Amino acid sequence: METLRLIIVAVGGQGNLLASKVLGEAALLAGIPVRMSEIHGMAQRGGVVESAIVFGEAQSNIISDAEADILLGFEPAETLRALNKCNRETVVITNLSPVPPFTVAIGKGAYPDLAHIQDLIRAKTRQLIAFDAVALAKAAGSAMALNIVLLGALLQTGRLPITAEQLETAIRTKTKKAFVDNNLKAFRLGYEAAERATRST
Amino acid sequence: MHKLLIDEPGAERLLLGNEAIARGALEAGVAFATTYPGTPSSEISLNLFQVSQQSDLYFEYSTNEKVALEVAAGAANAGLRTMCMMKHVGLNVAADPLMTLAYVGVRGGMVILSADDPNMFSSQNEQDNRYYAKMSGLPMLEPSSVQEALEMTAYAFELSEQLHEPVILRTTTRINHSSAFVRLGPLKKPVAKGRFNKDPFNYVTVPAVSRRLHVKLLENMAKAAEISESSAYNTVTGNGTLGIVCNGVSYNYVRDAVTELDIAERTKILRVGMSNPLPADKIKQYLNGCEKVLVVEEGEPFMEEAVKAFAQEAGLTLKIQGKGEGLFSRLYEFDPAMVRRIVAGYFGVADIPKQKLDLSDVPEIPARPPNLCAGCSHRATFYAVKKAAEGMDTIYPNDIGCYTLGFLPPLSMGDFVICMGSSVSSACGFSKATDQKVVAFIGDSTFFHSGLTGLVNAVHNNHNFTLVILDNGTTAMTGHQPHPGVDMDALNMAGYNRISIEAVVRAVGVSHVTVVKPFKIKKSIDAIREALAFKGVSVIISQEICTLYARSQGILKPRAFQVSDRCTNHRDCINELACPAFYLEGERVRIDADACVGCAVCAQICPENAIVPVKSA
Repeated sequence: METLRLIIVAVGGQGNLLASKVLGEAALLAGIPVRMSEIHGMAQRGGVVESAIVFGEAQSNIISDAEADILLGFEPAETLRALNKCNRETVVITNLSPVPPFTVAIGKGAYPDLAHIQDLIRAKTRQLIAFDAVALAKAAGSAMALNIVLLGALLQTGRLPITAEQLETAIRTKTKKAFVDNNLKAFRLGYEAAERATRST
Repeated sequence: MHKLLIDEPGAERLLLGNEAIARGALEAGVAFATTYPGTPSSEISLNLFQVSQQSDLYFEYSTNEKVALEVAAGAANAGLRTMCMMKHVGLNVAADPLMTLAYVGVRGGMVILSADDPNMFSSQNEQDNRYYAKMSGLPMLEPSSVQEALEMTAYAFELSEQLHEPVILRTTTRINHSSAFVRLGPLKKPVAKGRFNKDPFNYVTVPAVSRRLHVKLLENMAKAAEISESSAYNTVTGNGTLGIVCNGVSYNYVRDAVTELDIAERTKILRVGMSNPLPADKIKQYLNGCEKVLVVEEGEPFMEEAVKAFAQEAGLTLKIQGKGEGLFSRLYEFDPAMVRRIVAGYFGVADIPKQKLDLSDVPEIPARPPNLCAGCSHRATFYAVKKAAEGMDTIYPNDIGCYTLGFLPPLSMGDFVICMGSSVSSACGFSKATDQKVVAFIGDSTFFHSGLTGLVNAVHNNHNFTLVILDNGTTAMTGHQPHPGVDMDALNMAGYNRISIEAVVRAVGVSHVTVVKPFKIKKSIDAIREALAFKGVSVIISQEICTLYARSQGILKPRAFQVSDRCTNHRDCINELACPAFYLEGERVRIDADACVGCAVCAQICPENAIVPVKSA
């Protein structure tokens, strides 16, 4: 298969690393080589967590500027910040529910306008799929399922060398048993949201 | 059962690099492991600690890396397979025993893991620890992938026993924190008990003994050099005339680069996995068929200088370069596109870079700097010290831990940090050299690591400063590892003794010692004022369990506070504490009930008493 490079950006605590793990396990089920790398230095203290996932035969496990095929953002300002990883052909998926940095929360610094964020990304990349993933996670039973909602959207792009069944199996085996039903629902809601977002653009 | 104890040879598991290293050690039958926690090596220790509770493996969190290495040296010389893990700067602390342990050598295989951190994701410098191998005369292995990290760790024990020397396994963050599917090998049952055979004329390094031991070390190095010549980890692939020498993660970037640049047919790659001693003959032979060589290595020109020297010995004049203008930097991490661009430029082939986006119209995105957690007791302590020292001309030497973040505004409590334990010793210097009031900060784990020696120095030399020991009951920064001051009984772990920081501080002769509860702000400020007025060494022990840890242990039942209508918008809470639980709604200060844990520090400093508990429904 051709190499597929996926960047995931999130704020500490949003479940990025678990999402990466689920993707990795699904890749094993699909028989696809996968290499992953994470940056989570001071994440517990409000920082950014970034994962790089490289599917296919490439040997590197990090992704250079302009070389991501897909950018999956768990937080809109972080998605915008990671645009340097994208090129004209990149597909961008983002949650639209902001987690304002503390400086913004206390009125020092401005959070970029959500509509403007979307316009910018849409103008520069191949496709933007954007929706409020936190709302869908809550609808599925827990705001914590945000990461799984976004995996559903990621699958819907049709770019992953992984099937829905493989991803669902990975969700069943790699997320906490008590949350499996919520997570599977979240996964479907994310998939459907991405379908709607794709149709409306 | 712990996932690293699964005995299914051939099974594939998704493992973090650090988990793969721990598994490799278990596959080699490691019996004894020591460490001081440090990122990026932390998860190796965490996994071995967990495994030790389900197996015969002995594991300990030692007070510092020097102690860890010395403890391990004893076990290894009693014949046990032993591993000692640390981050790169930890090897500086352990450098003293390292140099002489190389003379003494080991009986049981011993692996010293050094996790280097190019780009300083979580470190104070990016030193290249390959030089420690050269300086000590110890063999060094460097994996390029997660799978190799597992295999190399297991092999390192074999190599160590073959040479009777410790082997340094050097990783970088990019290996430690990468995940991949790895094929598991069989587990080996550890030999848990050994025996030390007295042999003082080989073990007691008085000069007469050491003179002989240095000879033995050089002989061992000569043997290691032979092994390096035929090592399966020093590999040549391809057979072109364009030469690339690389190591570690750079090897992966190089392989992708030559494929993408379509020069694989013309390129001969030497991947160095055993980097000390380097295989001189193999390298000379390799150079012979090359027209031009590029050395691709993160950090210092360690291999580049050696390869140039080997070329000189072989009478070769081909061009060999690595670091330099238009080539590689000694700074930071490499990435695949950078390696591809430099390889293309060096060999005169066209690069095919992906077009970068024009981001000039992207508005400024607010930064997301790390912050002390909501309800962190360090914030309360810093605030109390700041208030107590108001009007004084102060210097605040700080140390390595979460509390280093105290240097950020608005707290701005941190003027000088170099390494673990440095706050106490540098405070000695500042207090002697200036008339300023010196208040040093150190964490509980760091106090045991290397703050204690500085404190003894301060008392003995009659220095004049206040030391604030931020005792949050755990090693918080690296993920809540225990230390000698932790109550292990409370964690249901038997067999440990708890050392009282207060008793230790008094025992070394500090007469002015006060224990405060930092969430009681007024009392804390009063006690600190008294300590600051004291002539000589005074110590404040500020005791409050790490909020994050308390939450994870279920000890803390968060109780949220809220801002009532009495608030007149002074914003002392935001401007002086900057707890991340605050936010603005329009112009009104609000408290995020999910983030607030109820430390009530803001409630105590609010001039209108406007911050009150949320009434439970």
